Amino acid sequence: MTIEATYGVPTVAMHTDKFDRVVRSVADVSGMPGLRQVFVPQPIMGKTAAQLRAYIDGKDPISGRPVMQEVIEGLTRPFAGDDSTVEYDRSTPRLVEPDTEENLHRLFLDNRWTDMLPIVLPTEERVAAMLAATHRKPDEIVGRMRSTHFREHWEYSVEKVAVNAVMAGARPEYFPVILALAATGVTARSSSSSAMASMAVVNGPIRHEIGMNAGTGALGPYNHANATIGRAYGLLSQNGQGGSVPGWSYMGNQGNGYAYNSVTFAENEERSPWEPFHVQHGSRPGESAVSVFSGVRSTAFTLGLRETYWREHVRNLLRGMDPNTPPTLLLDPIAARQFVDRGGFTRKDALIDWLYENAVMPAGEYWDYQLVQNYIYPRATFGEEPWASMLKAAPDELIPMFRREDIHVVVVGGETNGYWRIMGCTYQKTVAVDEWR
Amino acid sequence: MTDKISVLNPVGFPPKITARPLAPRLPSLQGKTLYLVDCRFDDSDVFLKQMQTWFAEHMPSVRTVFKPISSVYLKDDPATWEEIRASGHAAIVGVGH
Repeated sequence: MTIEATYGVPTVAMHTDKFDRVVRSVADVSGMPGLRQVFVPQPIMGKTAAQLRAYIDGKDPISGRPVMQEVIEGLTRPFAGDDSTVEYDRSTPRLVEPDTEENLHRLFLDNRWTDMLPIVLPTEERVAAMLAATHRKPDEIVGRMRSTHFREHWEYSVEKVAVNAVMAGARPEYFPVILALAATGVTARSSSSSAMASMAVVNGPIRHEIGMNAGTGALGPYNHANATIGRAYGLLSQNGQGGSVPGWSYMGNQGNGYAYNSVTFAENEERSPWEPFHVQHGSRPGESAVSVFSGVRSTAFTLGLRETYWREHVRNLLRGMDPNTPPTLLLDPIAARQFVDRGGFTRKDALIDWLYENAVMPAGEYWDYQLVQNYIYPRATFGEEPWASMLKAAPDELIPMFRREDIHVVVVGGETNGYWRIMGCTYQKTVAVDEWR
Repeated sequence: MTDKISVLNPVGFPPKITARPLAPRLPSLQGKTLYLVDCRFDDSDVFLKQMQTWFAEHMPSVRTVFKPISSVYLKDDPATWEEIRASGHAAIVGVGH
């Protein structure tokens, strides 16, 4: 769109047919509804040159017309009118038209304002009770989100966040954490075809004040605060950014069950041998904060660390991750202490150093990963480090799978056993909770 | 009769939409330079090279330039856009999904 609108070059955009509605809606909200777009069948990936030539010689599956006729006409057919000066506002009413509870529940479902589970209807009274848990004004803008890089940002106020918190079933005392999540501006409803979710880690005194769980079952449906804070994060993301609708603003091919509550839990600081996660990322001890991660698709898991082959076992887990999505270790305190005892990692940094040095693979294999080709190889060829240097490695030379700064460790679990897992996810940011009280 | 209740709308605030002008179309592609811009995603290079072959076979007067973007599609690429504006007449960008 930039090359057409900013640089004045007549352009045709090629897409696969599965993205028909989403790319047209992006063009609409970008003020370019007349953008010329031509479609070929999905997928492109993995097809031979001959198969792709057949796409070109074939018909646009959306229009039913020959692909190349669409392309040539897209560059040569004049536009019927000039609407280049049009501007228009869109608005969101504060209230929904009054109706019965039953009909309103149906309306919220039909409008895709829910996660398809029952919600609590956000009445004035319930929203007011939520708003009473913060000193912030209801009309203050908390942040803005979008479902993908190409879409426009939408804004949301303190009151909008409160509405979604009520819908999720959250209690008012959780509201500062939910506002902090909203303030990250990191969506928990990415439209990525990779079916992303989010993960939220809460640190500091707020964990105890609101009864969050860092122990047994912390990542599961066993704690009201963990469950509803994470659910609120998802709802405020999809509604705050203007939607998460399959085919329009959500393209995750398989979906992601982690999205139901955005893997929200408290770190078990009291049983961790290391400094809390938020302290590693700029918070002071005694402060409360929430940290968000994106991706949250792949997991690997095992039990404890065996005396003889623990290094090999951990390397095997790391090698099982896609190199485009870095590892965050979620360690039960038993496993965390085993890393101290077996590996001598008395500091978390030392463990991360070891993980970085041992998560390696032959360069030829690394560069051939599809996601590395899509997202890392172009940056390497652009000269961006460390990838530009890694590109010089021989195919059988071992190179790091991840940047060191992208590897993280969080301690969570109730010590019913030493199971631990690696979550493939990208750390985004840490936001203070206390300023949202 | 069941009572009606009033509830709040959960949806955020969208930005204003401002129409952006589209470039004037060409009278024809004959003798023109056409950039085939590879967004470097999921084998789009293989696709665009086949399109380049199609032009050579069917519209040989069109000069095609295969041009990968400088980095990932998530980053703006002003150097490439400037090159196309200076040296080309039109562009095909692909393959998006």
